[in-house]
Amino acid sequence: MIETIATADLPIREVMRIKKNSLCPEQLTGEEQRLCIITGVHGDDLAGQFICYEVIKRIKENYEALTGIVDVYPAINPLGLDAGTREWPLFNMDMNMAFPGSFEGTMTEYTAAKIMEDLKGANVCVDIHTSSIFLKELPQVRINDDVASSLMPYAKQMNMDFVWIHPSTTVKEGSIVHALNERGTKAMVIEGDVAMQIDQKYCNQVVDGIFALMKYMGIWQGEVKAPKKPIISDDGKVIFINGETSGVFVPMAEHSDYIKKGEKIGEIIAPLTGSVEEEIFAPCDGLLFTLRHYPVVSEGALLARILGGNL
Amino acid sequence: MKKEVLFTLSSGFRENFEVIGYRFGKGEKAACIVGALRGNEYQHLYCASKLIDILSRLEERGGLVANKEILVIPCGINTSMNVGERNWVRDNQDINRHFPGNEKGEASDRVAAAIMKAVQGYSYGIQYTGFYLAGEFVPHVRTLGNSIDSTSLSSLFGLPYVVTGQPRSFDTRTLNYNWSQNGTSAFSLYISSYDYLNEDIANQAVSSTLRFLTRMGIIKYNCHNGHIASILAEEDLVTVKPNISGFFRRTCQINKEVRRGDILAEVLDPYEGNIIDRIVAPVDGILFFAQTSPIVFEHSVAFRIIKKLHL
Repeated sequence: MIETIATADLPIREVMRIKKNSLCPEQLTGEEQRLCIITGVHGDDLAGQFICYEVIKRIKENYEALTGIVDVYPAINPLGLDAGTREWPLFNMDMNMAFPGSFEGTMTEYTAAKIMEDLKGANVCVDIHTSSIFLKELPQVRINDDVASSLMPYAKQMNMDFVWIHPSTTVKEGSIVHALNERGTKAMVIEGDVAMQIDQKYCNQVVDGIFALMKYMGIWQGEVKAPKKPIISDDGKVIFINGETSGVFVPMAEHSDYIKKGEKIGEIIAPLTGSVEEEIFAPCDGLLFTLRHYPVVSEGALLARILGGNL
Repeated sequence: MKKEVLFTLSSGFRENFEVIGYRFGKGEKAACIVGALRGNEYQHLYCASKLIDILSRLEERGGLVANKEILVIPCGINTSMNVGERNWVRDNQDINRHFPGNEKGEASDRVAAAIMKAVQGYSYGIQYTGFYLAGEFVPHVRTLGNSIDSTSLSSLFGLPYVVTGQPRSFDTRTLNYNWSQNGTSAFSLYISSYDYLNEDIANQAVSSTLRFLTRMGIIKYNCHNGHIASILAEEDLVTVKPNISGFFRRTCQINKEVRRGDILAEVLDPYEGNIIDRIVAPVDGILFFAQTSPIVFEHSVAFRIIKKLHL
């Protein structure tokens, strides 16, 4: 059933509507577990669109296997998705800084509050992102250390390659996942690939994870693929590699490969002079789970992240 | 006056980005003033440039108190200003949400870290800044926390209003918050952004800064005593929102008294021109903020009124 959960009148003859598709068994007992799949908080998170489509399609193909509620919210920021901008257009505001929102606040804050109201009572929420246009990410779950123990069993179902546990002190307040966890709803972020594109391999990996999670929650009785055993960030140490010059980054290592200390990750070149301005080498052995995708870099640009240690 | 480059960041395609500081006097780090940190803050840069001009002339004629040093950083985002971007041009990051910064991090973190390093250790810090909402407001000084010390010092600017409030989650990444955490008495001088240089507003901002520096014994400058400030808490400001979106026709002026029931603006149907809503004052008071866009969104902040205060 498609429902509108928040509306806002736009000034010039248009109403913005945020919709969800609520999928549930024909006979409800009132005791069902509820999974919420959220995406499109950023208007460049396009993989989530395909993931929502695929989840709904697979459920419809075997509807009798559904024994709980799956609420799918494909477009939390419909104006950004339409305009192709990460932020909420016009206000240039990152929607993921507006949560939990406020009924007394601006249009974005009000919308955020309406979304939070609708998510109330969910057992688990999964917020699907597609990195940014700048970085390619290994498919991963991100959770905060203060809720890691309660979320880890769910995170392990997600069929991701990697679970990154962030210190809670670095958590971005204002994000939907942070706000949900603050209110006692289990919520995690899925990140992977690159923004502004749909990689079906990444999408299907997430979809398989969602069905494995549904099975684990007891709301899906159909067949599922056994989820991958993820590497946990606790297994090693995350090393950030930033460029120290500006120019064009040319990668020389493969994303998601294991890399040896001293191996070349890439070069920053100067198109005008034909020179190599900087060579970037791996500072340690490890998994190259983040790699710069957008070639133009300024000094300080994040080029890579390695999970080092005995993986 | 000594002009120096405080920070440089290379660029592959443009001139190097530089943060320039103007140092007046020598000795104890007395006061630091920071101008534009957002690409649309031309008015704020204008104020800082006027201040530099006056301080240069004051220094030439011995108007600085001995053993006191003043640093003015007029701009931390000229590369965005030159291309009409509010945020850091490469990745759309708001510099004033990146403090205290990270000198090994991404460009916006490095800029913030460099500014933080340059402004540390001063007894008083003043930032020319603006609202996150686009609109016109009465210039005022804002200080985080409401200790008697910070409120009394704020009133020495001689502006009509001092607004006090508790830090919100996003405040913790601002220059003002981090300045105050490092022992500087920090003040945000709020100035509206205009599509033109507003001479009256600039003169008021610069005069209030010079008045404060005089009263703190840093410069010798004869100036008008200004106002005895009214101290406002955030909760003294009543927010007025439209019930409907459309064209916004304002019928009132900021810094004027309004009475409960007064019509502040009309909302018009954008195609047919008829009045579809009237925004009325819910309380008696003084109009503190008014949005200036030709269109208005439902749930947005159209006005803020200082309740139960007369001119």
